[in-house]
This record gives sequence, C-alpha cells and structure tokens, in this order.
Amino acid sequence: MPGQTATIARFALVEARRSALPWLAAACLAAALGFAGFLSQVAITESSALQASACAALLRACAVFLVAAHVSASVVREINEKGLELALALPMPRPAWYLGKLLGFAGAGALIAALYALPLAAWAKPASLAVWWLALAAELAVVAAAALFFASALGQTVAAITATLGLYLLARSISTIQVIAGGPLAGEGASADAARWLVDALALLLPRLDAVARGDWLLYGAPAAGDLAQSLAGLALYVVLLAAAGLFDFSRRNL
Amino acid sequence: MNSPGEQRALAAVPRWLLLLLAVALAAQVGWRGAGRVSAPAASDLPPAPSAAALRLASLGETAAFSRIAMLWLQAFDSRSDNAIPYRQLDYGRLIAWLRAVLEVDPRSGYPLFAAARVYAENPDARKAQQMFEFIESEFPLDPNGRWAALAHVALLAKHRLHDLPLALRYAAEIQRLTTDPTIPSWARQMEIFILEDMNELEAAKVMLGGLLATGRIRDPEERRFLEGRLEEIERRLAASQAKKR
Repeated sequence: MPGQTATIARFALVEARRSALPWLAAACLAAALGFAGFLSQVAITESSALQASACAALLRACAVFLVAAHVSASVVREINEKGLELALALPMPRPAWYLGKLLGFAGAGALIAALYALPLAAWAKPASLAVWWLALAAELAVVAAAALFFASALGQTVAAITATLGLYLLARSISTIQVIAGGPLAGEGASADAARWLVDALALLLPRLDAVARGDWLLYGAPAAGDLAQSLAGLALYVVLLAAAGLFDFSRRNL
Repeated sequence: MNSPGEQRALAAVPRWLLLLLAVALAAQVGWRGAGRVSAPAASDLPPAPSAAALRLASLGETAAFSRIAMLWLQAFDSRSDNAIPYRQLDYGRLIAWLRAVLEVDPRSGYPLFAAARVYAENPDARKAQQMFEFIESEFPLDPNGRWAALAHVALLAKHRLHDLPLALRYAAEIQRLTTDPTIPSWARQMEIFILEDMNELEAAKVMLGGLLATGRIRDPEERRFLEGRLEEIERRLAASQAKKR
C-alpha cells in the first residue's frame, strides 16, 4: 500500500503543477507584493514591518483559498469524470487512494507555502521565516484534509469550498468567541449557559488555527520551541482526525 | 451529495479505521480540553489603532464591526479568577480604544454604555475619573443620544466619589445641552437636587422656579412634586436666614 499511496500522491502533485494553480499562486504573490509596496510608499514609519506583516497576512489567506479551491475542484472533477471509479477498479485499497491524495495535496500546500515564504526573506529573519513556513505548511495540510473530506463527502465543488472555508474561519475565531462567551458580562440563565456550553463543545472539535503562522512571528521572532511544537502537534492530530473521518465516509461509499 | 442508500454497511469499514477514528476524536477532544483558552490579561491589550484603520478593517460594515470590537475589548482582564475585573487595565489605552470604536460608529451606544456602566465603576478613583472625563468629552457631540452615560457618571461622582461639584458639573451639562423632550425629567432636573444637596438653596430655588415657570412640566403629578420641593427649599432658606439673624 505505501507504494500505491506514493504513486497517487505523485500524480496529485503532477496534476497541481499542470493545472492553473501555479499561475494563480504566482498572481496572488505579485498582487500581495504590489499591495505591500504601495503600503510602504504611504507609511511614514515601520515600512518594512508593514510590508512583511501585510504581505504575510495576504499570502496566508491566498494560500488557504487556493488550496481549498484546488482540492475541492480536483476531487469533485475526478468523481464526476469517473476517474475515481477507474482508479478503484485497479487492485488498490481505498485508503491508499485517499491517503495518497491527502499526501499529494498537502505536498502542494507545502510548495505554495515555500513559494510565499521566499519573498518574505527580504524583511524577516531566516529562523522566524522558517518557522512561519513550517506552520503555514501545516495549516495548509489541515485545509487540504478538510477540503478532501468535504469534497469527497458532499461531491459538489461550491459546497466543499464553502464548508472548508467556513471550518477555517471558525477555527481561526473560536478562541475569541470562547473568551467573549465566558466573560463576566455575558448573560446569566439557562440560555447563556447553553450558549457557553455549545461554544466550548465546538472548540473541542476544532484546531487552533489562530495560534499558528502569525504575521507577528516575522516581526518579533518565532514563539518558544515548546509552544510551537504544541501548536504543530495539535494541527497534526487534526489532520489525522480529518483523514480518519474522510476514510470512514469513503469506506462506506457504495461506488 | 451521498444519500444513505448509497452507503455500504458499517461492517465494510475496516476495524482499524474505526479504531483510528475513535482514537483521533478522543485525542482531539482531550488535547483541546487540556489547553482551554482563558480571557486575555490586562497587559495583553494592544495600543488602539486609529479610527480610520478600524474603518478600513470593517470593510464597510461599521455597525457590526464596532459592536464586535466592543465584545472583544470587554474580554480583556475579565478572567474568572479576577477578584475585581478590569482593575489592572491601562485606562489610557482602553479610552483610546473606546474613542476609536465610537468614531467608527458614532450612533452606537455600546462604547459609552460600557464606559459608564463597566469601566467607570472601577474602585480605583483615578481610573474612574479618567473614564468620567472620556464620557464628558464625548457627550457634547450627541447630547440627546448620550445623556444616559453622563447621567450615570453624575450619580457615580455623587455617591461613589462624593464629589458634589463634579456631579453638579455633569448634571448642568445634561440640563444645558439636551433638547429631546423624551429624556426623563429626573435626568434634566438632576442639577437642582445636587444643588440642594450642596446646600446651594438659593440657586436650587431659582432653577426650580425657572423650570416650573417655563411650562415644560406638563405632568400634574410631577408638577405637584416639584412645587412641593420648591416649598421645602423656601422653608429651609427661611429657616437658615432666621438662624443668621
């Protein structure tokens, strides 16, 4: 199975290279650099910091959208064109196909993260940038796993992209929502308790994406190794969870 | 989308996969449960951005953005283990945030409500006074919409700080600048009663008499009550003059 998984992963990477993804990634990079350049012209101080942070934030958002859209479109197209059925007609277990796709999409995400980290070297220290790249690659692996899960389960491109981006935004904001819900000024009573409980329960099922690949790492240095390792371990765990959930659904599909 | 009819039996799923799913789910819940997010500390409050920057970040949705920004702001220094929430906050920074949020949506009552009812009630008198000054500075920009915050601050100045001249100043501003007839009488007449508390009976008498003479008091019960107060002030004045003689 590892050989088959590697083959599927390689084809997923080849597909990404031959699609419009590299061009879109390059266009986003040019737009982000242009916008950062414009900001630096109008800034009266901290122009380098402004360029680095604005560029990093924009590129992070672009990378997430590109990976979510590419994975969703690729998987749904393969289902609609019966490429999936053809692949599974070969002597290949379903987990090999699913994990191969996940590996390939995560690899494409890591390459996009590398492409976006390169120009930031002009403003950030190499060590901070390396950590930012690693965290962005891990974040994109989570996005790829989520998009693969939703595309495979829902079978529709728009629905899969929407669900993936919805999950991403919720994961980025859940910590703030939790803090707001638990404040001393939040209401009393059964409905307020239920809302707090619901938010806490939801937070248990989401990764902490607000804690990784932050633009301030590029300005003020990366977090402590322990904190970073903890954040990355949390993301790795979530990729495993999404992969297991996706495999469960995929294994039950009557193709 | 897949319908239930398109699914194979649960037995078709490999056991190791079921086990992996259960273990991954339990690990995720345990991991996130162990690292529960707590409210940010007072020192985490960053310097306030300009109102223009906040407006840019709102992407045109200023009404929603300003209110969400207030929800975020009120979470600082509000941990449940705090004996007194908000005590440690840097009030200079906090006021800059409140001012910027208010500028993004000047019709929102949230920033001034929070300023008067939450932050101005800080037991630290210096910090409370900083918040009083902020509310007083914002009041003239929309007196009919912001009177409630200044009225509350006048009550705090009177009953918490026992600073009657300060309370009188706020009450006088409400009396002078508000024009909306729907504003309750107690807020507009607060100045008279503070003058009375300060034993400034002559001034209170003139003001109360003037108010009754304008004919703005239409409710007969209210008019009767105020006339009673006026008579009482006159009695007290007469008594104090007799004492002096």
